[in-house]
Amino acid sequence: MSFEIDVRRRMGPETEIALRFTAGAGLTALFGPSGVGKTSVLAMVAGLLRPDAGHVRVAGETLFDAARGTNVPIARRTAGYVFQDARLFPHFSVRGNLRYGMRRAARPGMSLDEMAAFLGIAALLDRWPRTLSGGEAQRVAIGRALLSGPRFLLMDEPLASLDLTRRGEVMGLIERVRDELGLPILYVSHDRREVDRLAATVVEMG
Amino acid sequence: MLLSPDEWQIVRLSLRVSGVAVALTLPIAFGLAYLLARGKFPGKILIDALVHLPLVLPPVVTGWLLLIGFGLRGPIGSRLHDWFGLTLIFRWTGAALAAGIMALPLMVRAMRLSIEAVDRRLEGAARTLGASGWRVFWTITVPLALPGVLAGVVLGFARSIGEFGATITFVSNIPGETETLPIAIYAALQVPGSNAIVTRLALISVVLSLGALVISEMLSRRAGAGRGGHVL
Repeated sequence: MSFEIDVRRRMGPETEIALRFTAGAGLTALFGPSGVGKTSVLAMVAGLLRPDAGHVRVAGETLFDAARGTNVPIARRTAGYVFQDARLFPHFSVRGNLRYGMRRAARPGMSLDEMAAFLGIAALLDRWPRTLSGGEAQRVAIGRALLSGPRFLLMDEPLASLDLTRRGEVMGLIERVRDELGLPILYVSHDRREVDRLAATVVEMG
Repeated sequence: MLLSPDEWQIVRLSLRVSGVAVALTLPIAFGLAYLLARGKFPGKILIDALVHLPLVLPPVVTGWLLLIGFGLRGPIGSRLHDWFGLTLIFRWTGAALAAGIMALPLMVRAMRLSIEAVDRRLEGAARTLGASGWRVFWTITVPLALPGVLAGVVLGFARSIGEFGATITFVSNIPGETETLPIAIYAALQVPGSNAIVTRLALISVVLSLGALVISEMLSRRAGAGRGGHVL
């Protein structure tokens, strides 16, 4: 199994997120309307948010288990997290952003230049994040996550902030990442068409 | 404008006192700012209030407290003297201590604001990329808070170079040792017919303060390359 997730967390006095699923290879979509806690589930898989109970296993490795007291630190979970808002570091150039996670990359993957070519961002390397369009920023964010040598990808509505043409471009790119790199992907979306096109497994929330 | 040897001595002393004061206060102020911006602990309000005390107390009172604490018989001053052979009272080092304490609240305020403004989600993103807490601090938090750190240094330097009340109370006016620019101006004002001296010293003050502002603006331009932004 790629993802074995069973998490529960109280978010406020009357709201609780509880989700349990297992999923095989390929892209797994967390699908549901805004506000049901899809992003929080991703954050719990990444380690940015600690579940109250349950477990998180990815590709057979236990990253979190409340019963056994296991909680692998964020930095060692080797997740490639692509945020909805790209979240590039404003004080690093595109090249600096891409390079930031590379020192972790244990297994030899693509070089920075190969990755830039793969994502079509080779011309952007010396630009600053604030000068990028939404689609460019999102491609850089995907590159930054991939270059950190992740064993799985977490993608949080990477298309939501893009206009229609950019959306098609980045969607094609995600398909290539899915098919050519073979990494398990957990993908959050509230768009039915996106999910139908990309996902092997769909987990409905809400 | 050529300066007389006496004037040079005053300027050099003022720069040395302020420079040492700001350099030594900087890490303390950043640590306190970080603690106040990020920390959650009981007694935080108390620390906040203590940090701000020199800002709200009459400087004479701050100077008097320094006199009590760091004088030769004071609880801290006597130990500094016995253990390290360090005397602060009536010395330029004491002037630097007074200036540093008066600068502290302004430096902490500027840095705290900029640390609070750092987008913590960027730190989270860095963590997911494999960065340790230490690396996140030095590569994300500190650089993003840098405009506030520079602002704190400029404000602190300006405050130090203008420090008068606490300094004259704690270390008095000793030419060549504790006679900084404001104290020299005040002393000159006590002497009839010294308008020319006062005018020259006042002009030097203006030039020094403007110089500090210009240098900080240049530094912030360089630090903010590609990002834009001002120090003050």
